[in-house]
Amino acid sequence: MSPANAALERVTQVPGVRGSLLISGTDGLVVAERLMDGIDGRAIAALAANLIKRLGRATVGAGMRVPTFVHLRGNAGSVLAAPGQNDLVLVAVVGLDANLGLARLEMLDAVGRLT
Amino acid sequence: MSENIRTLTARLAEEPSSLAFLELGEALRRRGQLEAAYKVARGGLSRYPGLAEAHDLHGRILGDQGDLAGAFDAWVEALRFDPMRTSALKGIAFLYFRAGDAAAALEHLQRAADIDPDDPTITQALVRMKSADREGHGAVAPARGLQEDSRLTSEPDTAEPQADTRTQGQLLVDGAGLRLSGNLRGPHEEDVGDRVAAELAGVSREASRTSRLLGLGVWQTIAVESPEGNLFLIAPTPDTVLLTMRGPSLPLAQLGLIAERAAREARVWLESQE
Repeated sequence: MSPANAALERVTQVPGVRGSLLISGTDGLVVAERLMDGIDGRAIAALAANLIKRLGRATVGAGMRVPTFVHLRGNAGSVLAAPGQNDLVLVAVVGLDANLGLARLEMLDAVGRLT
Repeated sequence: MSENIRTLTARLAEEPSSLAFLELGEALRRRGQLEAAYKVARGGLSRYPGLAEAHDLHGRILGDQGDLAGAFDAWVEALRFDPMRTSALKGIAFLYFRAGDAAAALEHLQRAADIDPDDPTITQALVRMKSADREGHGAVAPARGLQEDSRLTSEPDTAEPQADTRTQGQLLVDGAGLRLSGNLRGPHEEDVGDRVAAELAGVSREASRTSRLLGLGVWQTIAVESPEGNLFLIAPTPDTVLLTMRGPSLPLAQLGLIAERAAREARVWLESQE
């Protein structure tokens, strides 16, 4: 199993995670994905990349480095994103019942192992 | 006249519309030149009647002059324009304590602590007030103690900030990316509010789009972690975004609670502006 797929495997095993994908942060393209049926990986990749870029500009504007983790919470679920090295971003879509703390830890650990 | 005051006076004379009056008024106040400080503050207020910092400065000068009712009104005015202005909350807390109303004083200090939990002057004042309250002291003793703390109702000195307080603040932004209220300081104590506000309008739009298209419903919050600090975004109303920023030592969930409480207050404030 490739490192990318191993990272996705770990994240999707967390309860409540509907799917995860590895995207390119600059152009929002899917590098690898592991999603439940009916979830459009390309849409997630494009939207998440745009949001991360915007938030990156806001944090840099505040005098800080780019984000290491982002959690967008909606009233029906969340998107989690962990930017890593080489422009890769690990993204997960989770339901309201997800264990967010565990998902965060797994994502940070998994993205740290990707080079 | 100190070099700093001379420089600020020259800058203000050269450009009367500059915000140098804030620094000059505070420098004069700290030197005890209260009449001169008062004139500078009044001049600034006549140009910037909606500037919370100017009302706050006015309040500090009036307080030093012994006009406590005037100081109270000035700080209330400061909070009207910036409900998250902790120095005004501290000033009002001090006045309540002097008046013997410990409960109201504690309430205002607690609000200040919720907004800025990393400010040691607030936490120290809270401890002192609670201790004095428990020991059954009258208003005079703790009030004297608070008054002697020159930083209680003042802007921070230029001393090197503590590591974890370098990035902090709260900012309320409208849909066009303009600052409605609040302040945000960068790692070098510089004001980064307007720059971040401009970016936040785009963030809010992007969050709405992402949340809607991915079937996550209406976006509620965004938590952002960075090595130097954490940000928490929340929308008090559909057209505004409130950002709360703290150092990385504050747990993110606690930051979320602070942000949610501030969002409730911001909502009330926004309704009162309509």
